Amino acid sequence: MTSIDENSKEKLRSVSVDLNHDASLLIDIPDALCERDKVKFTVHTKTTLSSFQKPDFSVPRQHEDFIWLHDTLVETEDYAGLIIPPAPPKPDFDSPRDKMHKLGEGEATMTKEEYTKMKQELEAEYLAVFKKTVQVHEIFLQRLSSHPVLSKDRNFQIFLEYDQDLSVRRKNAKEMFGGFFKNMVKSADEVLISGVKEVDDFFEQEKTFLLDYYSKIKDSTAKAEKMTRAHKNIADDYIHISATLNSLAADDMTANKKNLEKLSDLFEKFRKVEGRVASDQDLKLTELLRYYMRDIQAAKDLLYRRARALADYENSNKALDKARLKSKDIPQAEEHQRQCLQKFDKLSESGKKELTSFKGRRVVAFRKNFIEMAELEIKHAKNSVALLQGCIELLKSN
Amino acid sequence: MAASSDRNPPPFPTAEESEPGLCDMADADSDEGEDIFVSNSNPVSVSRGVSQPDRVSEEPSDLFSEEAASSTAAKANGVHSDDDNDLFADANVELSTDKSSSSARKEPSGPRHASTFTPSPAAMQPTSLEQLEEEEAKDSFDVDVAVTNPEKIGDGMNAYVAYKVSTRTSLPMFRSKVFSVRRRFSDFLGLYEKLSVKQSLHGCIIPPPPEKSVVGMTKVKVGMDDPSSVEFVERRRAALERYLQRVVSHPSLLQDPDVREFLEREDLPRAVNTQALSGAGFLKMINKASDAVNKMTIKMNESDTWFEDKFQEVENEEQQLRKLHVVVDSLVIHRKELCGNTAVFAKSLAMLGNSEDNTALSRALSQLAEVEDKMEQLHQEQAASDFFIFAELLGDYIRLLGAVRGCFDQRMRAWQRWQEAQSTLQKKREAEAKLLWANKPDKLQQAKEEITEWEARVTQYERDFDRIGMTVRKEVLRFEKEKAKDFKSQIIKYLEAMLQSQQRLIKFWEAFLPEAKAIA
Repeated sequence: MTSIDENSKEKLRSVSVDLNHDASLLIDIPDALCERDKVKFTVHTKTTLSSFQKPDFSVPRQHEDFIWLHDTLVETEDYAGLIIPPAPPKPDFDSPRDKMHKLGEGEATMTKEEYTKMKQELEAEYLAVFKKTVQVHEIFLQRLSSHPVLSKDRNFQIFLEYDQDLSVRRKNAKEMFGGFFKNMVKSADEVLISGVKEVDDFFEQEKTFLLDYYSKIKDSTAKAEKMTRAHKNIADDYIHISATLNSLAADDMTANKKNLEKLSDLFEKFRKVEGRVASDQDLKLTELLRYYMRDIQAAKDLLYRRARALADYENSNKALDKARLKSKDIPQAEEHQRQCLQKFDKLSESGKKELTSFKGRRVVAFRKNFIEMAELEIKHAKNSVALLQGCIELLKSN
Repeated sequence: MAASSDRNPPPFPTAEESEPGLCDMADADSDEGEDIFVSNSNPVSVSRGVSQPDRVSEEPSDLFSEEAASSTAAKANGVHSDDDNDLFADANVELSTDKSSSSARKEPSGPRHASTFTPSPAAMQPTSLEQLEEEEAKDSFDVDVAVTNPEKIGDGMNAYVAYKVSTRTSLPMFRSKVFSVRRRFSDFLGLYEKLSVKQSLHGCIIPPPPEKSVVGMTKVKVGMDDPSSVEFVERRRAALERYLQRVVSHPSLLQDPDVREFLEREDLPRAVNTQALSGAGFLKMINKASDAVNKMTIKMNESDTWFEDKFQEVENEEQQLRKLHVVVDSLVIHRKELCGNTAVFAKSLAMLGNSEDNTALSRALSQLAEVEDKMEQLHQEQAASDFFIFAELLGDYIRLLGAVRGCFDQRMRAWQRWQEAQSTLQKKREAEAKLLWANKPDKLQQAKEEITEWEARVTQYERDFDRIGMTVRKEVLRFEKEKAKDFKSQIIKYLEAMLQSQQRLIKFWEAFLPEAKAIA
């Protein structure tokens, strides 16, 4: 069982802001258990709402349950005008697992001390991935609980409360919605771009902005990830350098021994700093970009649904004209057209609200994370400076 | 090296400083020992480390402005004779011939000296080190060399790079105080070639030159402008400089006329035998010597384990340094990757900033992109530091340790030669005895002459062996001291560069912070 303490959760949770402040429905994931490939989250709810059976309760949930919840929300017609919070990505332990495997293979080539340090480093990495996945699942639920409409969703309540295994319900859902959702996503951009004529300036601008921004932020996310990984590689190199210097120092009988020992010690401390630089950059920058990339995709999905509604409306117009020409089925066509228009208007109204608040949310989150990242970079660099100055002085005074 | 030592053999250099008693020897020896070994090692030239590429534009007089050259007139440096053999000639009393009767010497004479010295050399290091360092400030060799201004001469496949070799010195043995010449890479190799075959320098740790590189040079011949060629030339220039600095800070090498000629002579005849001296070739040479030694049928039985132990230490250290070098190379690669990734990310972020419709956020994103650009610059400089200071230091010492191993092998070969001479002498004596018995007076005369000749040889070879043993010991101690100093100064340099880098990093992020806070 891995418990994430409140303090570190607070630090992790800066990707989205203004969540979990409404005392009427407070959700968090206090515990998570990693069993081989599966992660079991403990979803804890504290509520004052009467719609729930108990004021304080917890249920175990798997990643697939979250996906089920997300998909059902997406499929719900009533929510077509809302930005559905992006589904949390699947827990991915591949990277640390591969590295652990490689480490095992290379065990013979390194000293026991070096091996232990590398193993520690990998365990820390594993833990970091673990924390990230907990955070991302938690934020998903908190986005829902702080949304005026979505927090009242019946399936959401079931997700929070139902103390049996959700997998039966999940299977039914899959059968119903299976291919439809996927098809929707595939053609989304096409519909958006292919120029259903836009009547509203706001949405025209939003479309242009979001399409462009999405591709740029996707690119930045990938590049940030590569940058963070390079930092990690350097931290790992420092481990090896420190260990080898240590071996050299141990066998050295000359005046050089002290020099080597001090340098080895410095690199050992340095690798921790570099490791933290890498992980902070990962959380504040890469994760931020990645989260908003997915959020923008969700916003795009909203635009898409509206565009589909617009297309439906236009088709219903055409159908009405045709019916009028043929003088057949006019009332149905009129009714259909009215419904389409209503749907479209509802989507437009709610969509505008959602997109505007999304902008605000995004700006606030970026601000918070950039400030925190700058502060952390300064903190780590000051730490490095102190370490370096200390070592240089030691060496000079020798 | 008489069995009965009435006289003390010449002391170790380190012993000189901490044991005033030994200094009181009335012999001419002690003077000579002092001259060569006390005023040893110029810390300035060895520890100067990496010269910045932009020194290229400076005048010769400015090259050394940063150096604090303490030029106390070095004691008898210039006047000292070039022939090191003389130094030790007096150290050996007439060898008594009776000891040569044993064909297989169990106890080489070199290590026997150890018993006459008080502490073991290693243990003596600490105190003598401090005192020697005090002495150094007064008695440093005043020779500074620099290698600068790489210039491509000619075109196509016959092109080569000429470097300016500048010397500043107050030693009287040089024609002037400040002078420079142009040399090409093969000249440096040629110098090494000349030094490494000198009998008089056997046992000395002769610094090996940097490695040949066909690939590197070919790129340069084609054009010197691309970044990898620039880096290659700079790497080579710095390595040649360190090589020369090590050569001139070696007291025996500095006396060598070939070294002087290399530094002073306008036109140096082209070195032709540089084929064997690529990095791989150098190693092959050392290892071939080791193999020859290993194949020796008569194994030396050291009564003093100093040589064996030290050789083992050297081998272990070389192995560890190689391992470290591999990791540091990996660090350099990763740092360069980080550099590239950061640059790419900065551009991507700038594009994102352009896309952003919130003005303040858009500006902040652009600012962040600029910070990342500056970070890339820092990473680039750090990678250069990792490579030019750290990695090259390790590379140098891996090669130097190879040279140290070479000295040990030279000593073994000297021993072998002595043993073989003794065995030949024995055979000659047996031949003489046979002739006596067979009563052939004319052949007898010849036999007697040969015996005399071989007796002299045995004496000479034993002297050579002892001398080399002493040289090796002395050289190793000097080397270890130099190495500690070199490592210390290079490490400090490396760390100071990193420190500066981190301090600039702080400034960049502190400048960004208000921008981030200004997002609204």
